[in-house]
Amino acid sequence: MKKTIAVLVENHFGVLSHVSGLFSARGFNIDSLAVGETEDPTVSRMTIVVDGDEKTLEQVKKQLNRLIDVIKVIDLTEEDFIDRELVLIKVGVNSKNRSEILQISDTFQAKIVDVKTDSAAIELTGDQNKIKSFIEILKPFGITEIVRTGRIAMGRK
Amino acid sequence: MKMTGAKILIEALKKEGVEVIFGYPGGSVLPIFDVLYDSDIKFILTRHEQGAAHAADGYARATGKVGVCVATSGPGATNLVTGLATANMDSVPIVAITGQVKTFLIGNDAFQEADVTGITRPISKHNYLVKDVNDLATVIKNSFHIASTGRPGVVVVDLPVDVQIHEADFHSPEKVDIRGYKPTCKGHIGQIKRAKKLIAQSQKPVLYVGGGVIISGASDKLFEFVKKTEIPVTTTLLGLGAFPGTHKLSLGMLGMHGTAYANHAIQESDLIIAVGARFDDRVTGKIDEFAPNAKIIHIDIDPCAISKNVKVDVPIVGDANSVLQEFVKDIKKPNISKWLKQVEEWKKKYPLIYKKDSRLRPQYVIEEIYRITKGEAIITTEVGQNQMWAAQFYKYDKPRQLISSGGLGTMGYGFPAAIGAQIGCPKKVVFDIAGDGSIQMNIQELATAVLNKIPVKIAILNNGYLGMVRQWQELFYKKRYSYTKLEPCPDFVKVAEAYGAVGIRITKKADVTKAIKDALKINKPVFMDFHVEPEENVFPMVPAGQAINKMIGALA
Ligand SMILES: Cc1ncc(C[n+]2csc(CCOP(=O)(O)OP(=O)(O)O)c2C)c(N)n1
Ligand SMILES: [Mg+2]
Repeated sequence: MKKTIAVLVENHFGVLSHVSGLFSARGFNIDSLAVGETEDPTVSRMTIVVDGDEKTLEQVKKQLNRLIDVIKVIDLTEEDFIDRELVLIKVGVNSKNRSEILQISDTFQAKIVDVKTDSAAIELTGDQNKIKSFIEILKPFGITEIVRTGRIAMGRK
Repeated sequence: MKMTGAKILIEALKKEGVEVIFGYPGGSVLPIFDVLYDSDIKFILTRHEQGAAHAADGYARATGKVGVCVATSGPGATNLVTGLATANMDSVPIVAITGQVKTFLIGNDAFQEADVTGITRPISKHNYLVKDVNDLATVIKNSFHIASTGRPGVVVVDLPVDVQIHEADFHSPEKVDIRGYKPTCKGHIGQIKRAKKLIAQSQKPVLYVGGGVIISGASDKLFEFVKKTEIPVTTTLLGLGAFPGTHKLSLGMLGMHGTAYANHAIQESDLIIAVGARFDDRVTGKIDEFAPNAKIIHIDIDPCAISKNVKVDVPIVGDANSVLQEFVKDIKKPNISKWLKQVEEWKKKYPLIYKKDSRLRPQYVIEEIYRITKGEAIITTEVGQNQMWAAQFYKYDKPRQLISSGGLGTMGYGFPAAIGAQIGCPKKVVFDIAGDGSIQMNIQELATAVLNKIPVKIAILNNGYLGMVRQWQELFYKKRYSYTKLEPCPDFVKVAEAYGAVGIRITKKADVTKAIKDALKINKPVFMDFHVEPEENVFPMVPAGQAINKMIGALA
């Protein structure tokens, strides 16, 4: 099961290694992790997506809470939340498929951010489903590189 | 007034009430040692940094205060690691100060550089790298708070040598305010109510008590609770002494080498009240078959400990003392006379036994130490068979009487821990129950004991083997004693004498009593080299991975 957890932490060095070390020590694979400053510059927010069974995830949440530099742990999976991720995708283009790629990008409201004679870089922002389907559709054209920011998420309440 | 970082450190330690520091010098802590030179804090120079960490640990466990140790950067700090991991596993409050290379050299593979915060992260409760001298006083204040509250543990303060020299005003904050650290103390009232209801309805209840009861000073409350309910008590290794071992409701230790009656009681129970214990695998045995009919109430200050290994029916996060205080208030005594009769029968049927013949057996040595010290000594242990016999055959009536590495099982722990305990409790008799293997892991601390006039007594149960490993090889590897024979080496009497301590060799059962009495008369460290039965085993024993009532060697 995938879980999206938001962790508010002290904004200073060493905190990231405390958090990530906690996952690695338990053999947990982090799907994605995104960090940035919040409205309070002394606090950073991490959005972590992890995969694991309910019991282990429960333990991870408790362990996170135990870290001194962790101020708050929010399990977003338990509430209604908005999530976004930004991806950059490089695909091969030629005269034959160019217009089709443009059209697909248009439908997804993706932006072409760089064009070469044989490739294009496309930027897409969206939730997981949107990004997943976009990548699926582009696959046949030959994706040469994908860069993702990792998911960020925010509760609706 | 401006002070150097080193001076601020020592002033901050004094403000925390630190009376003694254990440690070892080096290039990256020279400024600190220069301040220590004329400070009134007592400094104990050990002969190895591991010894310093264990001594600080023994001091902390014996007194309940925070232990402090200091080491230099690089190898000094890495030598502390085993000691810190040992303490942290057993929730012992320690503040460890390590020197670090100059701030601008960090990350350059500088001479004697080690990534100490990186290395100690998984074995400490928290750590700091102090890069600005202005933060130092607050960091020290926070470190003591974090080490000693909630579930106690180790805090490492890594202090670059230039920060020790930089100057700042000494401002120690009056109050600690760490927004990410607010340990829960009071248990949830609703949960406590539910627990009390379960207790009142139970027919076969058992208290399963761990080191948390000792740490939180809850022994008196526990005693009151047992007096009111008559629920029998079994403890973990670290819980020994939390409830009087000589009390008729005491079942002694449970688990792999626990008493048969404790294990039967747990397995047959319909309610387990776990207080400050964590259902370690050495205690539960095969987890799927652990206490199949029991409901579980689990009281612990650490939410992570709850429902980690077993499913708990009533979790109560809180300090054992505060929760037990609520428990004793108008508690209803359950109707358990039939159960108590059953427990009494098990106690009669499966006592702890060993062969009482003319041979010098290790269990006898411990029984004699118990008798001669009237059960009042502080006992530290090494690890192996010696540790288990010390748990089985000495009866601990008081908390903080048994000091042993439970979670990590660190050989070489007992002797330096005894030194620390003796410094913390100068009026007590302190014995280290040792093995011939373990004692050699920190034997250099004889110098520390002799030169500081620390009269600890070391009872080496010399079986010529890494006995516990040999026992497993005997039982599960067809007696193939692969690299577990130590041979009679070294001559421990001569070693003791070489250091200026006293050595006594005991080879006959008849000489045991006199030797112990003689050792107690000597106001110096004494190595007692007991040449015991080489192939004696620790029984009963639950083979690894079995249910805890599947014991071998439990019957007379
Ligand atoms: C540092 C360390 N290394 C290895 C072990 C594994 N180990 C556990 S008990 C034991 C044998 C201990 O021998 P000794 O001190 O002579 O005690 P005995 O069992 O003979 O009483 C060993 C090697 C350990 N616990 N700690
Ligand atoms: Mg031995």
